Amino acid sequence: MLGPSAQQRRIVTPEGVALTVELAPRGDRAAALLIDLLIIVIALALLTLLVFLIIAASFGRGGGWMLSFILIAAFLLRSFYFVYFELRWQGTTPGKRKMGLRVIDRAGGPLRTDAVFARNLMREVEVFMPIAFLFGAEAGDLFSWLALIWALVFVLLPFFNKDRLRAGDIVAGTWVVTAPKAVLLSDLADPKVALRPLGSARPDGIAFTAEQLAIYGIYELQTLESVLRGTGPDIGETRAAVADRIQRKIGWIDPAAGGRRAEPKVFLEAFYGALRQHLETRMLFGVRRKDKHDKR
Amino acid sequence: MANDLLKSYSFRREREQDWRALEAMVAKTDTGGLKALSADEVMRLPGLYRATISSLSVARSISLDRNVVQFLEGLAVRAYFCVYGTRTGLMEALSAFFGVGFPQAVRDARRSIAVSGFVFALGIFAGFQMTAGNEDWFYTFVGTDMAGGRDPSASTDFLRAVLFDEPDSLESLNLFASFLFSNNARVGMLCFALGFAFGVPVLLLLINNGLMLGAFLALYHGRGLLGDLSGWLLIHGVTELLAVVLCGGAGMLLGQALAFPGRHTRMANLAIQGRLAARIVLGAVAMFFLAALLEGFGRQLINDTGTRALVAGTTAVLWAFYFIRVGRRRRHGDDR
Repeated sequence: MLGPSAQQRRIVTPEGVALTVELAPRGDRAAALLIDLLIIVIALALLTLLVFLIIAASFGRGGGWMLSFILIAAFLLRSFYFVYFELRWQGTTPGKRKMGLRVIDRAGGPLRTDAVFARNLMREVEVFMPIAFLFGAEAGDLFSWLALIWALVFVLLPFFNKDRLRAGDIVAGTWVVTAPKAVLLSDLADPKVALRPLGSARPDGIAFTAEQLAIYGIYELQTLESVLRGTGPDIGETRAAVADRIQRKIGWIDPAAGGRRAEPKVFLEAFYGALRQHLETRMLFGVRRKDKHDKR
Repeated sequence: MANDLLKSYSFRREREQDWRALEAMVAKTDTGGLKALSADEVMRLPGLYRATISSLSVARSISLDRNVVQFLEGLAVRAYFCVYGTRTGLMEALSAFFGVGFPQAVRDARRSIAVSGFVFALGIFAGFQMTAGNEDWFYTFVGTDMAGGRDPSASTDFLRAVLFDEPDSLESLNLFASFLFSNNARVGMLCFALGFAFGVPVLLLLINNGLMLGAFLALYHGRGLLGDLSGWLLIHGVTELLAVVLCGGAGMLLGQALAFPGRHTRMANLAIQGRLAARIVLGAVAMFFLAALLEGFGRQLINDTGTRALVAGTTAVLWAFYFIRVGRRRRHGDDR
């Protein structure tokens, strides 16, 4: 089971199931923001070029129109870019998608439209106003120093709280999370073994007594799973070492070969299947043995 | 299944197809949003999502296969984003906002906005009285760059000329309007941001702007030009001053949310009131845009005080109608 780590948070879906989400690293969020800003700047540059060409084609009339058009287009673009994408793509923008991030509602419900508006309005205050201040302020003025400190507080806000919320997230009630993709690998249990009826012997002849299966717990089982699923050049040696250790610990001797040990992989798969079956049956009765030190 | 030894294996075998189908759908929405799915798939999506969520609950209690549990957790989270993401597009959201959201937000926050309006009016009154008494107060209230030569040392003719000059070209009007818009919008958003500091800076900002305005009024009143100045200001001023008061109200709302959280925690209350305040400020930004257009074009093109007053009066009536009548929910039992 995944235990909650420092950067995981629980949301309870409307169906009543608790899902664990992982908060996005701050560096990833900054990178996503930079990518988005880059896209906005490029779009604006292309737009300027286009307008310039149109002006040039009409022999230079309307230069004032061009500048004010650019100003207004810049404002609209930077205001509505984020809102448009976060609405259309369910809480993600091109930059965020590149980094694998998403915006979700903190309470576990649907992401509301005015939450999207609110968090992007705050970005105006956090990011663009400090930039404007930096470019427009006179040095040494008390007001501009205060403004700089104010801007710094906003920019560094994600570092000052454990949920990594920036001011926009606080106001809108959202989190920015990553959603890692997991791949479904095939089941390690052998179908011939897993689906055989109660009371029949294992087809490969490897058997374990109840005492031998009672030694290990869930943690060891899942470690064994990662060994069996592992890949790499020296996985064969690892498996051999693990098989050896287990056989020593539980005191298992291969009955068929007269002292000759069975193949590591075959042994480990058989042991895995038997141990899993044993632990899952006990789990159905409510006993969850965490590891070999757990005294249940 | 009753005879099988490894129940988790059978459980997975039964449900794996549904999980694979959901995974394929979610992968499609990753690249294209919900629109990438066909109609059939959209119909199946909630059912598959619920089946996966229930599989996750079952797997957590009966399966020790870590890979399956991790996979289901990840899939459930991704499907949750799809199913519970936002469902409106930008245009719908905007029309819902201006049709219902914004006027209703203003009505909901009317007490804060009233306080903000009162404080602003107080500033104007104080500025007017003090400058009317002694014109030197003008220099305290209005900075030299804002005044632009229009101060007590200027002649009456110069002051009158500012109110009625002809524009040299249409293009410079455009530039002026867009500059004003971004400047005023920034002030409005500053009010919203300052609300974080318990609303005190918002009050100061309102009083400050009120004093400036009052000083200007007193200056022109002293030269007998008050009527003309009113026309010059109010043609866009009705819209703009209303927007300033709304932003001040939004800032006060935030300050109150932090200072008096009531039943919720401060953070939760801030989130609730923050969404309301954000709606007000967004609408106010749109109003600043309109005011800038009126100021840039209307003011310099229309040179007659009477016409200016007419336009100002019309905007006042329109805004009153908008905020009082538009977007009201029908009351229960109305037979309209």
